[in-house]
Amino acid sequence: MAGAFSLADKAVVSGVGETVFARETNRSQLALTLEASLAAIADAGLDPKDIDGVIPYGAGGIVAEDFITNFGLPDLRYSATTPMGGASPVAALQSAAMAVATGVARHVLVALGRGSIAGGRITKRLAEMPQMRIVGEFEMPLGTNAPAQFYAHMARRHMLLYGTTREQMAEVAMTCRRHAQMNERAMMRKPMTREDYFAARMIAEPFGLFDCSLESAGGCAVVVSSAACARDLRQAPVWIGGVAEGHPDSPSAITQRPDMTRFGIAKAAPKAFAMAGVSHADIDVAEIYDCFTWVVINQLEDLGFCAKGEGGAFVEGGRIGLGGELPINTHGGLLSEAHIAGMNHIVELVRQLRGQCGERQVADAEVGLVTGFGDLGDGALAIMHR
Amino acid sequence: MTEHASQLPEPPRPEPPLEHRPYWDGLREHRLVLQRCARCGKLRHYPRPLCDACYSMDVEWSEVEARGTLHSWTVTHHPFHPGFKRQVPYCTVTVDLAEGVRLQAPLRDASAAALEPGMAVTIDYEDIDAELTLPCVRLVGRA
Repeated sequence: MAGAFSLADKAVVSGVGETVFARETNRSQLALTLEASLAAIADAGLDPKDIDGVIPYGAGGIVAEDFITNFGLPDLRYSATTPMGGASPVAALQSAAMAVATGVARHVLVALGRGSIAGGRITKRLAEMPQMRIVGEFEMPLGTNAPAQFYAHMARRHMLLYGTTREQMAEVAMTCRRHAQMNERAMMRKPMTREDYFAARMIAEPFGLFDCSLESAGGCAVVVSSAACARDLRQAPVWIGGVAEGHPDSPSAITQRPDMTRFGIAKAAPKAFAMAGVSHADIDVAEIYDCFTWVVINQLEDLGFCAKGEGGAFVEGGRIGLGGELPINTHGGLLSEAHIAGMNHIVELVRQLRGQCGERQVADAEVGLVTGFGDLGDGALAIMHR
Repeated sequence: MTEHASQLPEPPRPEPPLEHRPYWDGLREHRLVLQRCARCGKLRHYPRPLCDACYSMDVEWSEVEARGTLHSWTVTHHPFHPGFKRQVPYCTVTVDLAEGVRLQAPLRDASAAALEPGMAVTIDYEDIDAELTLPCVRLVGRA
């Protein structure tokens, strides 16, 4: 890494925005993407025609041309996709930071919308993705068809190796639900007790219903701007101090992965921390991708907040709740706010670092971390500061 | 919503490209036939065009021992694909094959409650129809 170009503090998140989150909508993915984009651009104090770079969600049906058409963009200078499933939004921050740090673009829009799940349930969406071809041939015909099932083999392995328990997974689910109660946008605000968690039906062992994220319709967007224009924008800038993406071994088949419990983010984390020049103790708030409860526990290990195998114990005793040592998913996460593929995690972290989160604000949050996880183990993280 | 069993779709079928046929042909003959690098001999599964050790594209197919040990498992309760609605709950296991790679398949004739990591298993074969045979897993001594 010696001599590598560093993206540290070369880019800021200048604007964030979202739509209403719901289980169903009659609006299109494109309409939701554009509505969220307009909100983020307005938040930054920009006009849509100021956008000169676009990164649409890699797994969606939205392309850069849609933004040129709808915003009347005169000169889109940069477009890319980061097709890493739920790791795409955070990986897009790296790509956007590269674009503005090099001067290729000044304001890069990263946007994501998800339409109604009706007619597009998870198994159908998954089977159509090119990175799912191999499991589509070798695992789906045998009864492994959805992320809950793919990841259940990893979670079981973690339990066998390290003694991780469903009690510990319940801590993650209940923490997210408690935080969602302080978030008016959250889809699930009804209190969840330990009894509720254990009474819920099983989905794919060890995952029960409340270990699984929501399926949602809605959109989120962020604008990444060059450091040079940071001070001219409407909001206080939130700086991207460190950012990196990582891919696991055997990325398209968990079954063949030498260590099922090591995600791609394990490779990215040391790079992002070194780039940001901060230690784990400096992180005031963390928005951790939570498609399943156990995925949070395993990422906390791979990020280095605790040793491999100690993630279960780490989430006990209120450590990850507001007021704890490392508050996570202050918006409620994918488990209780909405599943906007983790773009909502970036939005929340930016608002936390601006001090805009009201009742759920982490006091004096200066440095925060956001992760993405997806496509059977890809990962990305960004460390940001105010 | 009530659905009659007769209206449920079948489970998804593999659509192997030509290069993967020897694996599926092997299953039809009730043999476990995997891809191996013809230059350096590295066994690989799932099949792919290139050996990641020596970068050779020359492949051969060889029968391996249809046995291994339990690596991990799950019990599916929710039928994510309607083709498995008749089967829930069902247990799917990940097996460390004796020769090094892994295989995932449904467990037959045993309860997930009895499973422990490292248990010895054998790979067996289930003929779906004339064209398709799928692997399954049985605990050693319970076959």
